[in-house]
Amino acid sequence: MYQFNVYRIGPEIKIGEVDLSFTNASLFMVISSLAVLIIFNLGSKKNSLIPNKIQLLAELSYTFVSKMISDTAGSKAKPYFSFIFSLFMFVLFCNMFGMIPYAFTVTSHIIVTFVLAAFIFFGVTIIGFIKHGFGYLKLFVPSGVPVVLLPLIVVIEVISYLSRPVSLSVRLFANMMAGHTMMKVFGGFVISLGIVGGWLPLGFSVALTGLEILVAFLQAYVFAILTCIYLNDALNLHH
Amino acid sequence: MFLRFSQTLLIYFLLFSYVESAESGGMPQLNPEFWFSQIFWLIITFGIMFILLSKFVLPKISENLELRKAQISENIEAAEKQREESDKKLKEYDQLIINSKNEAKNYFNKAREKILKDVDKKRESLEKEIDEEIDKVEKEILDLKNKSPEKIRKIAVETSSDLIKQIIGVEVNNSSISAIVEDVSRKTN
Repeated sequence: MYQFNVYRIGPEIKIGEVDLSFTNASLFMVISSLAVLIIFNLGSKKNSLIPNKIQLLAELSYTFVSKMISDTAGSKAKPYFSFIFSLFMFVLFCNMFGMIPYAFTVTSHIIVTFVLAAFIFFGVTIIGFIKHGFGYLKLFVPSGVPVVLLPLIVVIEVISYLSRPVSLSVRLFANMMAGHTMMKVFGGFVISLGIVGGWLPLGFSVALTGLEILVAFLQAYVFAILTCIYLNDALNLHH
Repeated sequence: MFLRFSQTLLIYFLLFSYVESAESGGMPQLNPEFWFSQIFWLIITFGIMFILLSKFVLPKISENLELRKAQISENIEAAEKQREESDKKLKEYDQLIINSKNEAKNYFNKAREKILKDVDKKRESLEKEIDEEIDKVEKEILDLKNKSPEKIRKIAVETSSDLIKQIIGVEVNNSSISAIVEDVSRKTN
Protein backbone atom coordinates (compact mmCIF):
# COMPACT_ATOMS: atom_id res chain seq x y z
CA MET A 1 0.00 0.00 0.00
CA TYR A 2 3.02 2.27 -0.25
CA GLN A 3 1.70 3.70 -3.49
CA PHE A 4 -1.17 5.31 -1.62
CA ASN A 5 1.02 6.83 1.09
CA VAL A 6 0.81 10.55 1.56
CA TYR A 7 3.94 12.25 2.77
CA ARG A 8 5.04 15.77 3.33
CA ILE A 9 7.07 17.60 0.71
CA GLY A 10 8.90 20.59 2.04
CA PRO A 11 8.23 22.33 5.32
CA GLU A 12 5.40 21.63 7.71
CA ILE A 13 2.64 24.19 7.44
CA LYS A 14 0.32 24.34 10.43
CA ILE A 15 -2.54 26.69 11.04
CA GLY A 16 -3.51 26.24 14.66
CA GLU A 17 -3.89 22.52 15.17
CA VAL A 18 -4.59 21.81 11.48
CA ASP A 19 -1.81 20.43 9.29
CA LEU A 20 -1.96 21.96 5.80
CA SER A 21 1.45 20.82 4.59
CA PHE A 22 2.24 20.47 0.94
CA THR A 23 2.24 16.73 0.22
CA ASN A 24 2.76 14.49 -2.78
CA ALA A 25 -1.05 14.47 -3.17
CA SER A 26 -1.00 18.27 -3.35
CA LEU A 27 1.82 18.08 -5.87
CA PHE A 28 -0.20 15.90 -8.20
CA MET A 29 -3.28 18.07 -7.78
CA VAL A 30 -1.17 21.05 -8.83
CA ILE A 31 0.33 19.10 -11.74
CA SER A 32 -3.09 17.93 -12.97
CA SER A 33 -4.74 21.33 -12.79
CA LEU A 34 -1.71 22.98 -14.38
CA ALA A 35 -1.75 20.43 -17.20
CA VAL A 36 -5.44 21.11 -17.80
CA LEU A 37 -4.85 24.85 -17.79
CA ILE A 38 -1.84 24.68 -20.09
CA ILE A 39 -3.43 22.33 -22.61
CA PHE A 40 -6.68 24.25 -22.84
CA ASN A 41 -4.97 27.60 -22.83
CA LEU A 42 -2.79 26.50 -25.74
CA GLY A 43 -5.86 25.05 -27.42
CA SER A 44 -7.78 28.32 -27.22
CA LYS A 45 -4.98 30.79 -27.92
CA LYS A 46 -4.90 30.78 -31.69
CA ASN A 47 -8.09 30.60 -33.65
CA SER A 48 -7.40 29.10 -37.04
CA LEU A 49 -10.15 27.94 -39.34
CA ILE A 50 -8.47 24.58 -39.62
CA PRO A 51 -7.49 23.79 -36.03
CA ASN A 52 -4.07 22.45 -35.14
CA LYS A 53 -3.75 19.33 -33.00
CA ILE A 54 -3.96 20.92 -29.59
CA GLN A 55 -6.78 23.22 -30.63
CA LEU A 56 -8.66 20.22 -32.01
CA LEU A 57 -8.15 18.43 -28.69
CA ALA A 58 -9.50 21.38 -26.72
CA GLU A 59 -12.46 21.89 -29.03
CA LEU A 60 -13.33 18.20 -29.14
CA SER A 61 -13.30 18.05 -25.32
CA TYR A 62 -15.42 21.16 -25.19
CA THR A 63 -18.05 19.78 -27.57
CA PHE A 64 -17.91 16.38 -25.88
CA VAL A 65 -18.72 17.77 -22.43
CA SER A 66 -21.19 20.26 -23.84
CA LYS A 67 -23.07 17.49 -25.64
CA MET A 68 -23.00 15.31 -22.53
CA ILE A 69 -24.57 18.08 -20.45
CA SER A 70 -27.23 19.03 -22.98
CA ASP A 71 -28.12 15.34 -23.49
CA THR A 72 -28.57 14.54 -19.81
CA ALA A 73 -29.62 17.81 -18.20
CA GLY A 74 -31.06 19.83 -21.06
CA SER A 75 -30.47 23.44 -21.99
CA LYS A 76 -31.13 24.73 -18.46
CA ALA A 77 -27.78 23.31 -17.35
CA LYS A 78 -25.79 25.69 -19.57
CA PRO A 79 -24.66 27.95 -16.68
CA TYR A 80 -23.09 24.97 -14.91
CA PHE A 81 -21.07 23.94 -17.96
CA SER A 82 -17.76 25.36 -16.83
CA PHE A 83 -18.02 23.68 -13.43
CA ILE A 84 -18.80 20.26 -14.90
CA PHE A 85 -16.09 20.71 -17.53
CA SER A 86 -13.53 21.55 -14.84
CA LEU A 87 -14.70 18.64 -12.73
CA PHE A 88 -14.45 16.18 -15.60
CA MET A 89 -11.03 17.40 -16.67
CA PHE A 90 -9.68 17.48 -13.13
CA VAL A 91 -10.80 13.93 -12.37
CA LEU A 92 -9.66 12.69 -15.77
CA PHE A 93 -6.20 14.22 -15.48
CA CYS A 94 -5.78 13.02 -11.88
CA ASN A 95 -6.72 9.50 -12.98
CA MET A 96 -4.45 9.59 -16.00
CA PHE A 97 -1.45 10.99 -14.11
CA GLY A 98 -1.98 8.16 -11.66
CA MET A 99 -1.24 5.74 -14.49
CA ILE A 100 2.36 6.94 -14.75
CA PRO A 101 4.64 4.64 -12.74
CA TYR A 102 5.71 6.08 -9.37
CA ALA A 103 3.07 8.77 -9.70
CA PHE A 104 0.47 9.39 -7.02
CA THR A 105 -3.20 8.96 -7.81
CA VAL A 106 -5.10 11.81 -6.19
CA THR A 107 -8.49 10.23 -6.82
CA SER A 108 -7.54 7.02 -5.04
CA HIS A 109 -8.10 8.82 -1.75
CA ILE A 110 -11.61 8.73 -0.38
CA ILE A 111 -11.30 12.13 1.24
CA VAL A 112 -10.64 13.84 -2.10
CA THR A 113 -13.49 12.16 -3.96
CA PHE A 114 -15.78 12.62 -0.98
CA VAL A 115 -15.15 16.34 -0.81
CA LEU A 116 -15.90 16.65 -4.52
CA ALA A 117 -19.05 14.53 -4.20
CA ALA A 118 -20.23 16.35 -1.09
CA PHE A 119 -19.74 19.70 -2.80
CA ILE A 120 -21.79 18.46 -5.76
CA PHE A 121 -24.45 17.06 -3.44
CA PHE A 122 -24.88 20.27 -1.49
CA GLY A 123 -24.66 22.38 -4.57
CA VAL A 124 -27.33 20.38 -6.37
CA THR A 125 -29.59 20.37 -3.31
CA ILE A 126 -29.27 24.14 -2.93
CA ILE A 127 -29.97 24.66 -6.65
CA GLY A 128 -33.03 22.43 -6.36
CA PHE A 129 -34.44 24.36 -3.41
CA ILE A 130 -33.72 27.70 -5.07
CA LYS A 131 -35.43 26.66 -8.32
CA HIS A 132 -38.46 24.87 -6.85
CA GLY A 133 -38.70 25.98 -3.20
CA PHE A 134 -40.20 23.32 -0.98
CA GLY A 135 -41.64 21.74 -4.10
CA TYR A 136 -38.24 20.14 -4.51
CA LEU A 137 -39.29 17.68 -1.79
CA LYS A 138 -41.70 16.19 -4.33
CA LEU A 139 -38.58 14.47 -5.70
CA PHE A 140 -39.06 11.93 -2.89
CA VAL A 141 -42.67 11.18 -3.82
CA PRO A 142 -42.77 9.43 -7.17
CA SER A 143 -46.05 9.74 -9.04
CA GLY A 144 -48.21 6.71 -9.66
CA VAL A 145 -47.25 4.84 -6.48
CA PRO A 146 -50.03 3.20 -4.42
CA VAL A 147 -50.77 5.07 -1.21
CA VAL A 148 -50.09 2.00 0.89
CA LEU A 149 -46.53 1.77 -0.36
CA LEU A 150 -45.91 5.51 -0.13
CA PRO A 151 -44.27 5.68 3.35
CA LEU A 152 -41.84 2.93 2.42
CA ILE A 153 -41.03 4.45 -0.96
CA VAL A 154 -40.45 7.89 0.52
CA VAL A 155 -38.04 6.49 3.09
CA ILE A 156 -36.14 4.58 0.43
CA GLU A 157 -36.02 7.61 -1.84
CA VAL A 158 -34.67 9.79 0.96
CA ILE A 159 -32.01 7.25 1.83
CA SER A 160 -31.06 6.86 -1.82
CA TYR A 161 -30.83 10.63 -2.20
CA LEU A 162 -28.68 10.96 0.90
CA SER A 163 -26.41 8.14 -0.20
CA ARG A 164 -25.63 9.92 -3.46
CA PRO A 165 -22.43 11.62 -2.31
CA VAL A 166 -21.22 8.41 -0.74
CA SER A 167 -21.90 6.26 -3.79
CA LEU A 168 -20.43 8.90 -6.09
CA SER A 169 -17.22 9.24 -4.10
CA VAL A 170 -16.81 5.56 -3.26
CA ARG A 171 -17.33 4.53 -6.87
CA LEU A 172 -14.45 6.65 -8.10
CA PHE A 173 -12.16 5.99 -5.16
CA ALA A 174 -12.78 2.22 -5.11
CA ASN A 175 -12.23 1.88 -8.84
CA MET A 176 -8.95 3.74 -8.78
CA MET A 177 -7.71 2.00 -5.67
CA ALA A 178 -8.74 -1.46 -6.81
CA GLY A 179 -7.05 -1.04 -10.18
CA HIS A 180 -3.79 0.15 -8.71
CA THR A 181 -3.83 -2.50 -6.01
CA MET A 182 -4.41 -5.20 -8.61
CA MET A 183 -1.53 -3.96 -10.74
CA LYS A 184 0.68 -3.94 -7.70
CA VAL A 185 -0.36 -7.52 -6.83
CA PHE A 186 0.46 -8.73 -10.34
CA GLY A 187 3.72 -6.80 -10.27
CA GLY A 188 4.58 -8.56 -7.00
CA PHE A 189 3.85 -11.92 -8.69
CA VAL A 190 6.30 -11.04 -11.48
CA ILE A 191 9.05 -10.56 -8.92
CA SER A 192 8.24 -13.59 -6.81
CA LEU A 193 7.86 -16.01 -9.75
CA GLY A 194 11.10 -14.84 -11.30
CA ILE A 195 12.39 -15.28 -14.83
CA VAL A 196 10.60 -18.63 -15.36
CA GLY A 197 7.02 -18.03 -14.28
CA GLY A 198 6.95 -14.28 -14.24
CA TRP A 199 5.89 -13.82 -17.82
CA LEU A 200 2.23 -14.66 -17.29
CA PRO A 201 1.62 -12.07 -14.53
CA LEU A 202 3.71 -9.62 -16.56
CA GLY A 203 1.32 -10.08 -19.48
CA PHE A 204 -1.60 -9.61 -17.10
CA SER A 205 0.03 -6.47 -15.80
CA VAL A 206 0.39 -5.09 -19.30
CA ALA A 207 -3.24 -5.92 -20.13
CA LEU A 208 -4.36 -4.39 -16.83
CA THR A 209 -2.54 -1.18 -17.67
CA GLY A 210 -4.66 -0.86 -20.80
CA LEU A 211 -7.79 -1.67 -18.83
CA GLU A 212 -6.86 0.84 -16.14
CA ILE A 213 -6.44 3.60 -18.70
CA LEU A 214 -9.91 2.79 -19.94
CA VAL A 215 -11.23 2.78 -16.37
CA ALA A 216 -9.51 6.07 -15.67
CA PHE A 217 -11.39 7.69 -18.53
CA LEU A 218 -14.63 5.85 -17.80
CA GLN A 219 -14.72 6.79 -14.12
CA ALA A 220 -14.12 10.45 -14.92
CA TYR A 221 -16.94 10.25 -17.45
CA VAL A 222 -19.25 8.48 -14.98
CA PHE A 223 -18.43 11.04 -12.31
CA ALA A 224 -19.29 13.89 -14.65
CA ILE A 225 -22.40 12.30 -16.08
CA LEU A 226 -23.80 11.43 -12.63
CA THR A 227 -23.26 15.05 -11.67
CA CYS A 228 -25.26 15.99 -14.76
CA ILE A 229 -28.03 13.58 -13.80
CA TYR A 230 -28.24 14.96 -10.27
CA LEU A 231 -28.27 18.44 -11.75
CA ASN A 232 -31.06 17.38 -14.08
CA ASP A 233 -33.12 16.25 -11.06
CA ALA A 234 -32.64 19.64 -9.49
CA LEU A 235 -33.32 21.68 -12.63
CA ASN A 236 -36.18 19.73 -14.21
CA LEU A 237 -38.36 18.28 -11.49
CA HIS A 238 -40.24 15.46 -13.18
CA HIS A 239 -42.59 14.33 -10.44
CA MET B 1 -32.80 2.27 -7.40
CA PHE B 2 -32.85 -0.77 -5.14
CA LEU B 3 -29.93 -2.07 -7.12
CA ARG B 4 -27.93 1.06 -6.65
CA PHE B 5 -28.75 1.12 -2.97
CA SER B 6 -27.69 -2.48 -2.45
CA GLN B 7 -24.57 -1.82 -4.48
CA THR B 8 -23.69 1.03 -2.19
CA LEU B 9 -24.26 -1.18 0.85
CA LEU B 10 -22.04 -3.85 -0.64
CA ILE B 11 -19.26 -1.37 -1.26
CA TYR B 12 -19.64 -0.14 2.31
CA PHE B 13 -19.34 -3.67 3.59
CA LEU B 14 -16.26 -4.33 1.49
CA LEU B 15 -14.75 -1.07 2.61
CA PHE B 16 -15.26 -1.78 6.28
CA SER B 17 -13.96 -5.32 6.04
CA TYR B 18 -10.94 -3.88 4.25
CA VAL B 19 -10.46 -1.38 7.04
CA GLU B 20 -10.68 -4.03 9.73
CA SER B 21 -8.29 -6.35 7.99
CA ALA B 22 -5.82 -3.61 7.19
CA GLU B 23 -6.02 -1.79 10.47
CA SER B 24 -2.65 -2.92 11.63
CA GLY B 25 -0.84 -2.11 8.34
CA GLY B 26 -3.20 0.80 7.91
CA MET B 27 -4.89 1.83 4.70
CA PRO B 28 -3.27 5.19 3.93
CA GLN B 29 -6.62 6.46 2.69
CA LEU B 30 -8.13 6.14 6.17
CA ASN B 31 -5.28 7.80 7.99
CA PRO B 32 -6.69 11.23 8.89
CA GLU B 33 -3.28 12.79 9.31
CA PHE B 34 -3.29 14.56 5.95
CA TRP B 35 -7.04 14.82 5.34
CA PHE B 36 -7.20 18.52 5.98
CA SER B 37 -4.14 19.11 3.90
CA GLN B 38 -5.70 17.23 1.02
CA ILE B 39 -9.00 19.09 1.35
CA PHE B 40 -7.18 22.40 1.54
CA TRP B 41 -5.04 21.78 -1.50
CA LEU B 42 -7.94 20.28 -3.45
CA ILE B 43 -9.98 23.43 -2.86
CA ILE B 44 -7.06 25.65 -3.85
CA THR B 45 -6.00 23.80 -7.00
CA PHE B 46 -9.47 22.94 -8.22
CA GLY B 47 -10.73 26.41 -7.36
CA ILE B 48 -7.96 28.19 -9.23
CA MET B 49 -8.32 25.86 -12.19
CA PHE B 50 -12.10 26.34 -12.24
CA ILE B 51 -11.87 30.12 -12.04
CA LEU B 52 -9.20 30.40 -14.74
CA LEU B 53 -11.01 27.95 -17.03
CA SER B 54 -14.42 29.57 -16.66
CA LYS B 55 -13.12 33.16 -16.85
CA PHE B 56 -10.55 32.96 -19.63
CA VAL B 57 -10.22 29.62 -21.39
CA LEU B 58 -13.73 28.28 -21.94
CA PRO B 59 -15.24 31.55 -23.26
CA LYS B 60 -12.36 31.73 -25.75
CA ILE B 61 -12.95 28.17 -26.94
CA SER B 62 -16.67 28.78 -27.26
CA GLU B 63 -15.99 32.01 -29.16
CA ASN B 64 -13.59 30.19 -31.47
CA LEU B 65 -16.19 27.53 -32.17
CA GLU B 66 -18.88 30.12 -32.86
CA LEU B 67 -16.57 32.05 -35.13
CA ARG B 68 -15.69 28.96 -37.10
CA LYS B 69 -19.34 28.01 -37.42
CA ALA B 70 -20.22 31.50 -38.64
CA GLN B 71 -17.33 31.58 -41.06
CA ILE B 72 -18.17 28.18 -42.50
CA SER B 73 -21.84 29.03 -42.98
CA GLU B 74 -20.85 32.36 -44.52
CA ASN B 75 -18.52 30.62 -46.92
CA ILE B 76 -21.19 28.11 -47.84
CA GLU B 77 -23.62 30.93 -48.47
CA ALA B 78 -21.13 32.78 -50.66
CA ALA B 79 -20.36 29.62 -52.58
CA GLU B 80 -24.07 29.03 -53.13
CA LYS B 81 -24.50 32.55 -54.42
CA GLN B 82 -21.60 32.25 -56.77
CA ARG B 83 -22.89 28.98 -58.08
CA GLU B 84 -26.26 30.55 -58.82
CA GLU B 85 -24.55 33.43 -60.56
CA SER B 86 -22.42 31.15 -62.68
CA ASP B 87 -25.52 29.13 -63.56
CA LYS B 88 -27.19 32.31 -64.73
CA LYS B 89 -24.13 33.31 -66.72
CA LEU B 90 -23.96 29.89 -68.29
CA LYS B 91 -27.59 30.17 -69.34
CA GLU B 92 -26.96 33.59 -70.81
CA TYR B 93 -23.98 32.28 -72.68
CA ASP B 94 -26.00 29.39 -74.06
CA GLN B 95 -28.75 31.78 -75.13
CA LEU B 96 -26.18 34.00 -76.82
CA ILE B 97 -24.73 31.11 -78.73
CA ILE B 98 -28.16 29.93 -79.88
CA ASN B 99 -29.09 33.45 -80.99
CA SER B 100 -25.91 33.99 -82.93
CA LYS B 101 -26.25 30.59 -84.55
CA ASN B 102 -29.75 31.48 -85.71
CA GLU B 103 -28.56 34.80 -87.00
CA ALA B 104 -25.76 33.19 -88.92
CA LYS B 105 -28.19 30.74 -90.45
CA ASN B 106 -30.48 33.58 -91.48
CA TYR B 107 -27.62 35.44 -93.13
CA PHE B 108 -26.55 32.34 -94.93
CA ASN B 109 -30.06 31.60 -96.15
CA LYS B 110 -30.57 35.14 -97.30
CA ALA B 111 -27.30 35.19 -99.18
CA ARG B 112 -28.04 31.89 -100.85
CA GLU B 113 -31.49 33.03 -101.96
CA LYS B 114 -30.06 36.21 -103.34
CA ILE B 115 -27.37 34.41 -105.24
CA LEU B 116 -29.85 31.89 -106.59
CA LYS B 117 -32.13 34.69 -107.73
CA ASP B 118 -29.29 36.52 -109.43
CA VAL B 119 -28.15 33.41 -111.16
CA ASP B 120 -31.68 32.70 -112.33
CA LYS B 121 -32.11 36.21 -113.61
CA LYS B 122 -28.85 36.18 -115.49
CA ARG B 123 -29.53 32.79 -116.96
CA GLU B 124 -32.97 33.89 -118.08
CA SER B 125 -31.63 37.02 -119.76
CA LEU B 126 -28.85 35.06 -121.36
CA GLU B 127 -31.28 32.46 -122.61
CA LYS B 128 -33.48 35.18 -123.99
CA GLU B 129 -30.56 36.75 -125.79
CA ILE B 130 -29.47 33.45 -127.19
CA ASP B 131 -33.00 32.68 -128.32
CA GLU B 132 -33.27 36.03 -130.05
CA GLU B 133 -29.92 35.53 -131.74
CA ILE B 134 -30.92 32.09 -132.88
CA ASP B 135 -34.23 33.42 -134.15
CA LYS B 136 -32.49 36.13 -136.11
CA VAL B 137 -29.95 33.79 -137.61
CA GLU B 138 -32.65 31.31 -138.53
CA LYS B 139 -34.62 34.05 -140.25
CA GLU B 140 -31.54 35.09 -142.16
CA ILE B 141 -30.85 31.57 -143.19
CA LEU B 142 -34.41 31.14 -144.22
CA ASP B 143 -34.26 34.35 -146.18
CA LEU B 144 -31.09 33.27 -147.87
CA LYS B 145 -32.57 29.93 -148.63
CA ASN B 146 -35.68 31.46 -150.09
CA LYS B 147 -33.80 33.93 -152.19
CA SER B 148 -31.00 31.64 -153.45
CA PRO B 149 -32.88 29.62 -156.19
CA GLU B 150 -34.11 32.78 -157.90
CA LYS B 151 -30.66 34.28 -157.84
CA ILE B 152 -29.13 31.10 -159.09
CA ARG B 153 -31.68 31.02 -161.88
CA LYS B 154 -30.97 34.61 -162.76
CA ILE B 155 -27.27 34.02 -162.75
CA ALA B 156 -27.76 30.85 -164.77
CA VAL B 157 -29.89 32.70 -167.30
CA GLU B 158 -27.42 35.53 -167.60
CA THR B 159 -24.41 33.32 -167.90
CA SER B 160 -26.14 31.03 -170.37
CA SER B 161 -27.23 34.01 -172.50
CA ASP B 162 -23.71 35.38 -172.33
CA LEU B 163 -22.28 31.99 -173.23
CA ILE B 164 -24.66 31.61 -176.11
CA LYS B 165 -23.87 35.08 -177.36
CA GLN B 166 -20.13 34.47 -177.31
CA ILE B 167 -20.32 31.02 -178.75
CA ILE B 168 -22.91 31.54 -181.39
CA GLY B 169 -23.13 35.30 -181.61
CA VAL B 170 -26.84 35.25 -181.48
CA GLU B 171 -28.98 37.19 -179.21
CA VAL B 172 -31.35 34.79 -177.51
CA ASN B 173 -34.55 35.68 -175.94
CA ASN B 174 -34.19 35.77 -172.21
CA SER B 175 -37.54 34.20 -171.55
CA SER B 176 -36.82 31.10 -173.58
CA ILE B 177 -33.51 30.65 -171.78
CA SER B 178 -35.15 30.96 -168.45
CA ALA B 179 -37.66 28.34 -169.45
CA ILE B 180 -34.88 25.97 -170.33
CA VAL B 181 -32.99 26.71 -167.13
CA GLU B 182 -36.09 25.99 -165.23
CA ASP B 183 -36.53 22.75 -166.96
CA VAL B 184 -32.92 21.75 -166.26
CA SER B 185 -32.98 22.73 -162.65
CA ARG B 186 -36.21 20.77 -162.16
CA LYS B 187 -34.54 17.74 -163.74
CA THR B 188 -31.45 18.03 -161.56
CA ASN B 189 -33.48 18.48 -158.47
